[in-house]
Amino acid sequence: MLSKRIIPCLDVKDGRTVKGVNFVDLRDAGDPVELAWNYSQQGADELVFLDISATVEKRKTLVELVKAVARQINIPFTIGGGITEIADADALLNAGADKISINSAAVRNPQLIDDLAKAFGVQFVIVAVDTRVMGDKNIVHLNGGRLPTERQTLEWILEAESRGAGEILLTSMDHDGTKAGFDNPFLTQVNNAVNIPVIASGGAGSVQHFVDVFQKSNVDAALAASVFHYGEILIPDLKKVLKQNDIEVREV
Amino acid sequence: MIGIIRYGAGNIFSLTATLDRLGIAYGMVNTEADLPQYDRYIIPGVGHAGAAMHKLESTGLVPAIKALDKPTLGICVGMQLLTSYSEEGDSNLLGLFPIKTMKFPQTDGFKVPHTGWNQVFPEKENPLFTNIPTGSHFYFVHSYFIEYEPLYTLSSTNYIHPFSASIWRDNFYGVQFHPEKSGTYGEQLLKNFSQI
Repeated sequence: MLSKRIIPCLDVKDGRTVKGVNFVDLRDAGDPVELAWNYSQQGADELVFLDISATVEKRKTLVELVKAVARQINIPFTIGGGITEIADADALLNAGADKISINSAAVRNPQLIDDLAKAFGVQFVIVAVDTRVMGDKNIVHLNGGRLPTERQTLEWILEAESRGAGEILLTSMDHDGTKAGFDNPFLTQVNNAVNIPVIASGGAGSVQHFVDVFQKSNVDAALAASVFHYGEILIPDLKKVLKQNDIEVREV
Repeated sequence: MIGIIRYGAGNIFSLTATLDRLGIAYGMVNTEADLPQYDRYIIPGVGHAGAAMHKLESTGLVPAIKALDKPTLGICVGMQLLTSYSEEGDSNLLGLFPIKTMKFPQTDGFKVPHTGWNQVFPEKENPLFTNIPTGSHFYFVHSYFIEYEPLYTLSSTNYIHPFSASIWRDNFYGVQFHPEKSGTYGEQLLKNFSQI
């Protein structure tokens, strides 16, 4: 059976992880490579690095980070944040990234999805979508959920799939940071509508939330940041409970 | 020492990084003259099988690869190239295995590409899976698969239906998953290959 994936997400700025990290035994909690290695040892199935810096040196820093991660880490990883053109993606692929994640740039220029999929294959292209409910509709938001667009989320996801997205990373801004659970009804709707893997994001606060998102929405993967970084949920414990609930997981 | 066949299909940074980490020596094969200095070979590959075959043909290495008698491991699309034909691009391939590479059929409840960690079950006594428990998870990402054929299937995985997760004939081996991304068991498999 294909396993459900558990994906810690690391926010990176100028080559260092930001957001609190509360791991024991880390020499340097700001070192993304050491943190990534720690997660891979715990049994994370994949990693996502989101670069939130905004310097002109960004691409160079990102390439160095990707190389350092690829040298040390033996599981797949995705890099996202500020990728706007083929040349960005090409540099990251050659540095060892398995996938890239694009968000606002894809909404502003949907052709970018087609171009990336054609150049590097659909398996390389994750389209990340930040959604927030306005009125009774899920609406795509940009700039980390601050800027609403005119697009309805499901309609945009279907367009992204048809253009060549290999995977969807769906973050519910209404749930993100609440630790009250994933947006299972909307994730179910999206997961049933597409034929590519869906990664759920936003709202993880307990082990039971992961059980719920897999059982209720049948998404392929679940992503979280702070519950892992602060050690509130340990991946081996999480996988043990998932397995007890008959959810297929990879054990290490 | 492992010779990595260079023909421009996909990046090999993760593969060479893994070999570096494991202390396994390797070099690059760009032309036929590079072949004799190595005692085994890896054919990497990602992307489109037909396009990859086209690139391999343009290196002029095809006859020499077909004639190799040292251990040779194809990875992902590099494995698919060892078969006779792929539905991807309706392409004739190396034909070292008289079996076909086909697209996963559209099936309710099964997404394509087959993405993530799936279990691999060896079906034969073989040196590639030494010290790897049966049913271990490996990382897959592919839309095309190699048909299940008892004669050549070294290990199988089930997605929609059973397919060849790895194949074996004489000195030729192929793996559909990415050992360089498959945690410690993936590393073990590369170590095993370096000692065949």
